[in-house]
Amino acid sequence: MMAPAVSPRSKEVASLRPLPWRRMAWVTWRQHRAALIGLVVALAAIAAYTWTVGLQLHHAYAAQLACRPAGSDACLQLTSGFNSVGGFLTNGWILQLVPALIGAFVGAPVLARELETGTYRYAWTQGFGRWRWTLAKLAGLAVAVTAAAGAISVLFSWYYQPYFSAGNEARNLSELASLAPSLFDLRGVALAAWTLAAFSIGVLAGMLIRKVVPAIVATLFVYSGLAIATGSWLRAHYLAPLVTRSLNVPNAVWIVSQNWMTKAGQTVSQSVLYQVLQGAPAQVAGKDGGGPNLHALAAWQYLVEHGYTQVTSYQPASRFWAFQWIEAGWLFGLSVLLIVVTVWLVRRRAA
Amino acid sequence: MNVIEASNLSKRYGSTHALRECTLAIPAGHVTALVGPNGAGKSTLLNLVVGLLAPSEGSLSVLGSCRPGSLAALDGIAFVAQDTPLYKNVSAADMLHLTRNLNRHFDWTYAEARLGELGIPLKRKAGKLSGGQQAQLALTLALARHPKLLVLDEPVAMLDPIARHDFMATVLVAAAEDGVSVVLSSHVLAELERSADYIILMSQGKVQVAGEVDDLLAGHRILSGPAADAAAYTELPVVHARQGEVQTHLLVRTSMDDRVPRGWESHPVGLEELVLAYLREPDASALPGPLRSSVIDASEARR
Repeated sequence: MMAPAVSPRSKEVASLRPLPWRRMAWVTWRQHRAALIGLVVALAAIAAYTWTVGLQLHHAYAAQLACRPAGSDACLQLTSGFNSVGGFLTNGWILQLVPALIGAFVGAPVLARELETGTYRYAWTQGFGRWRWTLAKLAGLAVAVTAAAGAISVLFSWYYQPYFSAGNEARNLSELASLAPSLFDLRGVALAAWTLAAFSIGVLAGMLIRKVVPAIVATLFVYSGLAIATGSWLRAHYLAPLVTRSLNVPNAVWIVSQNWMTKAGQTVSQSVLYQVLQGAPAQVAGKDGGGPNLHALAAWQYLVEHGYTQVTSYQPASRFWAFQWIEAGWLFGLSVLLIVVTVWLVRRRAA
Repeated sequence: MNVIEASNLSKRYGSTHALRECTLAIPAGHVTALVGPNGAGKSTLLNLVVGLLAPSEGSLSVLGSCRPGSLAALDGIAFVAQDTPLYKNVSAADMLHLTRNLNRHFDWTYAEARLGELGIPLKRKAGKLSGGQQAQLALTLALARHPKLLVLDEPVAMLDPIARHDFMATVLVAAAEDGVSVVLSSHVLAELERSADYIILMSQGKVQVAGEVDDLLAGHRILSGPAADAAAYTELPVVHARQGEVQTHLLVRTSMDDRVPRGWESHPVGLEELVLAYLREPDASALPGPLRSSVIDASEARR
């Protein structure tokens, strides 16, 4: 008697398919459209400024290249013109804020706001199911912020292009290392990867801290820590650095470390080098006229003559794309891990 | 079918028990009131039922045999949480859209018609609605899903008397017309008399009384008699004794009037009176089924 009474219901339960994922598209858009529109407006403002300055930069560069004869006053003027166009954009530090702010202001509030205002009690008791709700929302937003960052990084790549041409040094034009910490992660695929990582850090921080403002602050701190650790330590070890004993290291390479050594291979400290240079003739030690570069070069020559060697470990510019993919790869892996942890926390959360 | 069935259900936060070995079964088709002082575990029980919390020990099933929080359970249970959380900067119309997108069933016509009747402007943001309107909006979102079970956590605590009355009227219409089972927790005892037909009284994380209101009322009498003779009732399960100067009033678990001694009178008891008596005696309990014998022991031990 019991069996037939039970089976229809269990059949009904078994046939209960989850709601289609596309239902979350409108939900995500409706709840986060303010943040997404804000993001697009902010990126559009940055893009407009970068584009305007970038056009000047590229024109100045083309004009300098076309200038004949190369040594004339007019050409020198064009050279210094090109070198000063970029202003604060040139070193790239200010643009490092882009991923950090996206992660903090788009990522951190996603779950923190629900938990802080109590609306998770609405959202997580609807028929869609709470972990699916979380996964759909995070995946949708992650794709959106990554695509936005990817788009603006194309513009940044174009902007910085003139600084990386091989001929710049010979023409006295600014030449930057494409692997330099403040520029590497603005170009290629790295900016999108860093933005995705910042977003993932933000959502996890929001889930753990459950309050919007502290989660934003925590996201900024954790992201900065990761970015600084990567730029100052981790990135240099993606591939074994090359080593040269030449004194003439090109500007385009990223110097990882540079030391003077004795013939026996012992690192020489600055104070010892200073002692050695005390015995040098006046024009080497910089006691009479001449530019600082000349003195440095003369001093280095003097040191080499006295049996010391300058050993430079560096990463060549040709490794740019290899490093880009290595960095994007581990950042992507980290982001997926953080999002999976967040969804898992939502699923098992009991509080 | 039992809409909620718990067996030895416990919920701990660290070392504090919010819920302690609760065993109860609420049959479908009732408006069930969950009553008890603050910290009795009412909210905890409801949050376990809707799957927002996970039990520390024991078992809990909803809508027959569903695991709380499973898709089938989420599909059949609508929950209006305490303080009726809504997205404050989302319009009433968009709250309907959100809820429709997040659920298998959503009766748009019903929801729109109800908001119209209530005079809630669809374009107004939820945060700009009055407290009563927000509660009504949250209730409308829940009812438009046509749930099998409607769970309300302190739904009227923040409302003024008129809003409270309107809210409960909506709930009772849904229960009567659509056969929705309702479980609501409340402090407001006066509201229960009219609305609830099943009652669960909780205190200190335990279920103290559970049963149909009619059965409970039929199973208790108020006996009034000379204060000096109060000791004559030692053999009856007295829940609560109220001593006057001349007379003693005893709430007794009995349906039998034939044992009333000379000089004593027996009266039926009202729901509010019954609930208050049990709330004053947290160690007394009245539970259905096999638990009954231990119940009488407990209430005898009281005296």
